[in-house]
Amino acid sequence: MGRFRYPLKKAGWAALTVLFVIVLNFFLFRILPGDPARAGLRDPRLTQEAVEAIRVRFGLDKPVINCFENLNPLKLGSCAVNPLQTQFVIYIGNLLRGELGISYHSNRPVREILAERLWNTLLLVGVGQILSIIFGIALGVVAAWKLRTRIDYGALVGSLVAWSLPTFWLGIILLFIGSRHFDLPIGGKATPGLASSSNWEEWLDIGRHMILPTITFTIIFIGEYMLIMRSTMVDVLSEDFVLTAKAKGLNTYQILKDHALRNSMLPMVTIIALNLGFTVAGAIQIETVFSWPGLGQTIFEAVGRRDYPMLQGAFLVIALSVIFANLAADLFYSYLDPRVRAG
Amino acid sequence: MTVQTEVTGFRGIWGQLRRNKMGIVGLVMLLLAIGMAIFAPWLAPYDPKAPVKITIDDIYAPPSAEHLLGTDDAGKDVLSNFIFGSRVSLTVGFFASFIAIAIGGTIGIIAGFYGGRVENGLMRVTDIMLVIPDLPLAVVLVALTRPSLWNIIFVIGILGWTGTARLVRSQSLSVKERKFVLRAKAIGGGNLYIIRRHILPLVLPLMVANTVLVISLAILNESTLSFLGLSDPTTLSWGQMLNFAFTRGAMSAGAWWALVPPGFGIVWVVLGCTLLGHGLEQILNPRLETHHLAVGKQMVSRSSQEGA
Repeated sequence: MGRFRYPLKKAGWAALTVLFVIVLNFFLFRILPGDPARAGLRDPRLTQEAVEAIRVRFGLDKPVINCFENLNPLKLGSCAVNPLQTQFVIYIGNLLRGELGISYHSNRPVREILAERLWNTLLLVGVGQILSIIFGIALGVVAAWKLRTRIDYGALVGSLVAWSLPTFWLGIILLFIGSRHFDLPIGGKATPGLASSSNWEEWLDIGRHMILPTITFTIIFIGEYMLIMRSTMVDVLSEDFVLTAKAKGLNTYQILKDHALRNSMLPMVTIIALNLGFTVAGAIQIETVFSWPGLGQTIFEAVGRRDYPMLQGAFLVIALSVIFANLAADLFYSYLDPRVRAG
Repeated sequence: MTVQTEVTGFRGIWGQLRRNKMGIVGLVMLLLAIGMAIFAPWLAPYDPKAPVKITIDDIYAPPSAEHLLGTDDAGKDVLSNFIFGSRVSLTVGFFASFIAIAIGGTIGIIAGFYGGRVENGLMRVTDIMLVIPDLPLAVVLVALTRPSLWNIIFVIGILGWTGTARLVRSQSLSVKERKFVLRAKAIGGGNLYIIRRHILPLVLPLMVANTVLVISLAILNESTLSFLGLSDPTTLSWGQMLNFAFTRGAMSAGAWWALVPPGFGIVWVVLGCTLLGHGLEQILNPRLETHHLAVGKQMVSRSSQEGA
């Protein structure tokens, strides 16, 4: 049983976080001033009957929660209602069935739209992350090895500058240069109306659209990975086993590859997991600049259109992905380094 | 994590910072930006709020002697907007990080000092907040409230305290165990007294270093939210300038002068904060800066380093 205690504890906390996010997600949209019932229905041309019909269609005619006289300073909900008929219970029920509501803007189920867009985001984020991890680690190792030389300082300053760049601005600048001087597409995922004769051509077109967003992503994240790798590597390289390896007559390449790199990889796993929140933030900005049809752009569009079910659904999907990815990283880390399970 | 008492006083920090090249460069960059914000009305060639009469040629006009950085989508001087924009960005940065540091510092000190259940509870809340992605939540919060500068400051502040809380907690944990705190307790010093007189002075320098880094994050967040169109359109921050330029055709007009300066301003301030913050961290929390594969004089073994 002892083996499972750590994973179970971690999973328990993840579940609690999920619950918190769900409750937060529901009440934020009901309590804050721009509540959906008012904001979504502002068109003055709508007749009273039409407004009522829309409210019924989206379930906004029902009270938010059942009345808890003492717990309810906000005076939400009426007391004469069956608790099962409140928006909160209906929302939770729908959620359990995987329903996220209907988009105010497109009148399509939110789940359907998000499912399409999730894959686009994963494609963009996945490629960008892999590239930035590879380059970040390589740069970090070189900088640590060449500590206090020009190469090190160059890499250090470069990383700090990369870290300071606003993601969206770097995207704008690259888009400006790329679309003007390198004939790269200005946005989207595929050329509209392109009659591809084969799958290969279609993928090539998507690849061309991905070049600029991916470069932006890589530059933004390379800095942090490099800084972490560098400082971990410096620590590892000052351990005695490195001196032993050196005394044995191993060359620098062997020491770096077989002795130092392996031992420096552990902190990277944590950092990559902790970075997921920033990854999402980066995705929102990059997708907005490059009109990439992913979750980030969905959030941006939903804000502009006051499409609350869409915004609510997108936030939930993003938050849940980050929570689960964090859990996965925790468990993976404890598998790699059994010591953390004891602690 | 051990802290050398010798460098924890503010005077000691300044003495070390003077020799830290990165830190000094960061400090100078930050001071220049603050100076620009303070003296904006004297530096800016035009008043961004004053109404201007323009013709079609004044929109996205390229840099000229009259407008050193050209004009924007409304025919206004980009340089003046840029200089005044620093005020908004820095204001948001300072106030938001003040909120974040106040929340994070309080939670961190209470958790570290009291320990036990209090610590467990507070750190669990911190962990939960740490996992929820900041920007989407900030977007949701700002989108649901009225767009205003204070809402943005408030939202960035209440979402940005988690890192500080963890840092301050671990620092107060280590300070709490030091002899003079135990002695103060033995004499009968109250908790609040000990926190104020003994814990806070030793945690404060680290909090200051952390504040500088939190400011940079706050400024980045503000610019992002403004760029996404969630800020008050009448307060012209650097992010807002980029939002206007990007959504109102600066790209197709080829008006790089409307796109480059605001971003440059953000990078300048954030980089200044980052350099200064890292410099301060190096002083307060010195790390090993040599290893066995290093070449030349720096090749020292670990034990002799620690002995020195």
